[in-house]
Amino acid sequence: MWTWFYKLASPPYVYGVAAAFVPWLLGLAALAIGYGLIAGLGLAPPDYQQGEAFRMIYVHVPGAILSLTAYTVMAVASGIALIWRIKVGHAVAAASAPIGASFAILALITGSLWGKPMWGTYWAWDPRLTSELILLFLYVGVMSLRSAFEDPLRGDRAAALLAVVGVVNVPIVHFSVVWWNSLHQGATIVRLGAPKMPGSMLWPLLSMWLGFMLFYGAVLCMRLQAEVLNRERQASWVREAIKS
Amino acid sequence: MTNDFWSMGGYARYVWPCYGIAGAVLAWNWWAARRYVAAAKVRAARALAMASSAAR
Repeated sequence: MWTWFYKLASPPYVYGVAAAFVPWLLGLAALAIGYGLIAGLGLAPPDYQQGEAFRMIYVHVPGAILSLTAYTVMAVASGIALIWRIKVGHAVAAASAPIGASFAILALITGSLWGKPMWGTYWAWDPRLTSELILLFLYVGVMSLRSAFEDPLRGDRAAALLAVVGVVNVPIVHFSVVWWNSLHQGATIVRLGAPKMPGSMLWPLLSMWLGFMLFYGAVLCMRLQAEVLNRERQASWVREAIKS
Repeated sequence: MTNDFWSMGGYARYVWPCYGIAGAVLAWNWWAARRYVAAAKVRAARALAMASSAAR
């Protein structure tokens, strides 16, 4: 039963699987994002309150969810690396961090652009915005800590510890709109009960979400290949792997 | 119709930058990942070449 888990601990296996997945994930991501753009910008009706401005949702929400997903992946991989001493876990965490950080920046900037016409300000020290900013700082902290040590193994361990401790911020970001008074609107899709949107607005959003996730999978696999190579430079299997 | 689309009901200066930044983030991720893999392959090839010349 655990064979697949042990296989994932093998760097050459992970390198091969990651390389095989990339073109499929990129192709499917292009299809999902393409449909999401056409349907979101051209087919979905304007919102009855926010008008056409609501169309920012199709990049803001998938970007924000991805920033949380990438952090969760990083924290789980770090936990696995710390508990079972599986080096591939550190490689996954290192690969996920810059992607997640870039999508946290996307969520913050698109959120600001949405805030100006809706709230009258680009920024407010609101629980959702502040916790998302802390998420970005956590990403920066994890990446800085990893590169701050001369011994890469020590850097990996220190970054993994911070990633695991910082995962407490993920539910805080998600539930901030429930726990505190917030300018930010409440959960629309990821909530108990049915989504609060009609299908004509929801399907493009789900498609963009899927597309962003598939894209994340593709670039994670690409970066994972590089992280594995950097850690296994002297291994004999690398000679064959880099020929392809 | 086309003008309506581009004006986004008067919100064009907020909506289109959102899509522009999203496109830039996706493009940067793809480009940076490709570059990172290529650099890792070069470093690995160099390390292997050094190891084999040291063994001779």
